[in-house]
Amino acid sequence: MLWKKQIPLAITFIMGLILGIQYFVPSSTSDWVFDEYRTWGIIIGLFGSVLAYISFYRAHGMRIKKKAPAWPFSVVAIAMSLAMAFVGFAFGREENTVFMNMYTYILVPIEGTMFSLLAFYISSAAYRAFRARSAQATALLVAAVIVMLGRVPLGEQISFWHKLWPALPTFTDIANWILNVPNMAAKRGMGLGIGLGIMMLSLKIVLGIERSYMGSGE
Amino acid sequence: MHISINPWVWLGVFFTFSVLSFLYKDNPFYKLAEHVTVGVSIGYGMVIIWHNALIPRFYMPVFQEGKLILIIPAILGLMMILRIVPKYSWLSRYAICFSVGGGAGLAIPRSMQASVLRQLEATMLDLGFTTTQGINNIVIFVGVLAVLIYFFFSKEHKGVFGGIAKLGIWFLMVGFGATFGYTVMARLSLFIGRVLFVLQDFLGINLAG
Repeated sequence: MLWKKQIPLAITFIMGLILGIQYFVPSSTSDWVFDEYRTWGIIIGLFGSVLAYISFYRAHGMRIKKKAPAWPFSVVAIAMSLAMAFVGFAFGREENTVFMNMYTYILVPIEGTMFSLLAFYISSAAYRAFRARSAQATALLVAAVIVMLGRVPLGEQISFWHKLWPALPTFTDIANWILNVPNMAAKRGMGLGIGLGIMMLSLKIVLGIERSYMGSGE
Repeated sequence: MHISINPWVWLGVFFTFSVLSFLYKDNPFYKLAEHVTVGVSIGYGMVIIWHNALIPRFYMPVFQEGKLILIIPAILGLMMILRIVPKYSWLSRYAICFSVGGGAGLAIPRSMQASVLRQLEATMLDLGFTTTQGINNIVIFVGVLAVLIYFFFSKEHKGVFGGIAKLGIWFLMVGFGATFGYTVMARLSLFIGRVLFVLQDFLGINLAG
């Protein structure tokens, strides 16, 4: 119990205390503590990524071994990871190397297209969800439409009232105002709550009240 | 129109359409692209971590500069890997507690500074009805207060308090709508980027005229 629970909790408390105090004591020692913690964190993270790689190969290896549904794709995933690592270590990672070409012509197109797919899905989801059932839902819908129109040249072109009376704002002006004023107020209100929440959670972790990060079991 | 003869461009176009095919339904081409992404990302991560973190942050300081103290985090890191050995998985707690404890200690003052005090400072600006900025500052001040009151659940949302909380919902709705619109447009610009890649890089169509 001492080695498995109490000492780890003591490490959390001591580290929390040291890193918390160093912020309020501006000195070269504080800077050293902060820099060392960051370097140590990076080194621990390095080994953490090794753990991630082991999990990846183990999970896909198990799928291949058990001939799980669509297991050939696991072979693809493992083969591509080894191929990418090999070309990176063997031929370098400068411009126009196989490594950078694989990054530019495989990873970038796939990730870019995957993210762009979301435009179709959130638009169809919005069609179903954004019914103007109440005044507040209408406010959401109107704000979304104005911001979308204000982000494209079309918004500027269809703002016909602006041509009749230039003092009136265009869709772009209204979209910018929505983003910078009411949207800012909403985000700031939420941000304040999140900030206070982070502080409370951190305090609970340092004091050992919150222990879920340690995992279950002995 | 000059179709590209660069095999890499063909590969990029193949994967672009493979991912887009998901709009019809889940299919082997999409699954292939998905698993290729995972594999390539893992391989990319290995090379980048090796060159940008392992060599400059650990190997060189320890083996060339003799900074032996860095062996301690390496031991903690090795303890982290022991998570995959059920009998010794508890040893990973030492590394986790070191990172989480330090991170929590850092987060308390920094969160107070960046997410609370700075935000309050930015909200308490000159209020007034004579300038546009003054009116905007009033809207922001009222909005932040209303949103905070909406999230305060220790008091029942009734009467004046309930009215202000309702105003908070209005601000939140406008905020969510704006965020939604902004996200849709950001994703659409990514889609336009993919379309341009196919038209210009692959088909060789000069859109600039």
